[in-house]
Amino acid sequence: MQQATFNQSPAQSKTTRPFLKLYRAAFSRLWQNKLGTAGGVFLLLLIIAAIFAPYIAPFDPSKQDYSAVLQGPSAQHWLGTDDLGRDSLSRIIYGARVSLKAGIISVGIALIIGVPIGLLSGYLKGLWDELIIMRITDAMLSFPPLVLALTLAAVLGAGLSNAMLAIGLVFTPNFIRLVRGQVLSQREREYVEATRSSGISHFRIIVHHILPNSLAPILVQATLSVASAILSEASLSYLGLGTQPPTPSWGAMLSEAQGYLEQDPLLAVWPGLFIFLIVISINFFGDAVRDMLDPKLK
Amino acid sequence: MVHYIIRRLLLMIIILFLVSIIVFALVNILPGDPAVLLLGQEATPQALAALRDQLGLNDPLYIQYIHWIINVLHGNLGYSLSDHSPVLNILLQKIPVTLELTIISFIIALLIAIPVGILSATRKGSIWDYISTFGALSGISIPAFWLGILLIYFFSVKLGWFPPSGYVSPFRHFGQSIFLMILPAFSLGITLSAELTRMLRSSLLEVLQADFIRTGYAKGLLKYAVVFKHALKNALIPVLTVSGLQLATFFGGAVITETIFAIPGIGQLIINAILSRDFPVVQGTVLFMAFAVICINFLVDITYSLLDPRIKLGEVSK
Repeated sequence: MQQATFNQSPAQSKTTRPFLKLYRAAFSRLWQNKLGTAGGVFLLLLIIAAIFAPYIAPFDPSKQDYSAVLQGPSAQHWLGTDDLGRDSLSRIIYGARVSLKAGIISVGIALIIGVPIGLLSGYLKGLWDELIIMRITDAMLSFPPLVLALTLAAVLGAGLSNAMLAIGLVFTPNFIRLVRGQVLSQREREYVEATRSSGISHFRIIVHHILPNSLAPILVQATLSVASAILSEASLSYLGLGTQPPTPSWGAMLSEAQGYLEQDPLLAVWPGLFIFLIVISINFFGDAVRDMLDPKLK
Repeated sequence: MVHYIIRRLLLMIIILFLVSIIVFALVNILPGDPAVLLLGQEATPQALAALRDQLGLNDPLYIQYIHWIINVLHGNLGYSLSDHSPVLNILLQKIPVTLELTIISFIIALLIAIPVGILSATRKGSIWDYISTFGALSGISIPAFWLGILLIYFFSVKLGWFPPSGYVSPFRHFGQSIFLMILPAFSLGITLSAELTRMLRSSLLEVLQADFIRTGYAKGLLKYAVVFKHALKNALIPVLTVSGLQLATFFGGAVITETIFAIPGIGQLIINAILSRDFPVVQGTVLFMAFAVICINFLVDITYSLLDPRIKLGEVSK
């Protein structure tokens, strides 16, 4: 390590050292946050389980076995079976795929629409930004998020793709507002003035200078929004407007389990527990990322 | 102040106008024929043509919107497709039910949040602080429908303390009505209590650092008097704002809670309307919810300025 430092030219070490220091300090802050680290590890395990679901799940999640209906946990079925004899553990593992996919794609849609609008709105300012973009976001934020998502999902038609689109559209105004606010604070900074005076195009200023400097809060908001999107998808599926059977979804599994509460209460425990664990893990991890990126904590 | 209120009212009218366009667009602009949406794919061409004519769907879109908004301004939100009764009448029947649920949930949320928030802030870094912080984050992360199901299982199925569902108007039997609302209100209030606890803790921690608190201690006041008589009053102002702004989330939570506990409020109304494709009811309910949220936000803004005279409204609005 010391050898490497000696080999660097003075100019090189001056430019690389502060970045290395920053990254090290940031990751040590993340590592010091035990709950954040635990959340991150749980998420990583869940992502691995979702990707390799066909290899990890002990049974086909849709395979029905009427000789093993509503069984409790056993050596063969670790989390028991549902009313159609399907293995609960396999359905939970495959359900992780649906939840993670819904969370990431919904937030992706919100980012794809929200970030460019927020960038333009904040950079160009003017009447159209104040009167049109901001008032439309105000109007959209006046709707209860779940109710708007439900209505959109109902109009578009029940199903996972439409649910993700509906959730993404509902989350979009939050990102427009966040990005716009960031751009408004960045556009008056000296480095932007300097790039502007050097004749660089507005597009390059926005994409190459303002956007990278606004990324940290967007990243934190996006991480925390994945948790909300997962909860929203589970809520839509619970109400019958999200993922449709036989695709295993935690929300739909909970809805089905509600009918067998007296016979097999554990059936309702697993999907709810996993929704809770994934959401709290993302919240812990998101909080830790925020602390990691917050320059005030340096 | 008057200038600010007028400005805020004008802004509210613009937002309400945009909200009405979005609600109209939800059914009329998105892909698909509203007549097919209303009658279903199996409807005959004659029935579809008759409905299109009846609803004025052959007119240009802006004419349709003008007709619709004029009707809305006259209190005509349309007629339910299921029982042909006026949507406004249906809403007026359901609103008191959701209002009762909201009020009781809010009381439960405050009963949890205020003591826990105070304990957490006054004993920062203690085990109580960690427990309450973890509890608050858990409260935010727990799916409302799961909590509702667990409450039904433990308190209705296992212990038999509360009925799993049902509703009685408080005007008919007050005690019974409150009793039936306890489980659903707890299920709905827990998320809000978690949000409020976090807010109260951070707000109280900030206030406890202020000079006037140090002066209070210097005067020889007891910790109890400083926290409850001086700090809490100031710390509750942002909590009030958060409570008001949480109304939108509350309506979303009410949809789930009313579905689980079979409470006949506007949450259950919109779910049933969505599932039975009763779009006039969906439009009317969504419009009412957004209207309520906008009005509450306006009132919160005004109350905020009255409670804290240091707040200059002109600057806040910018």
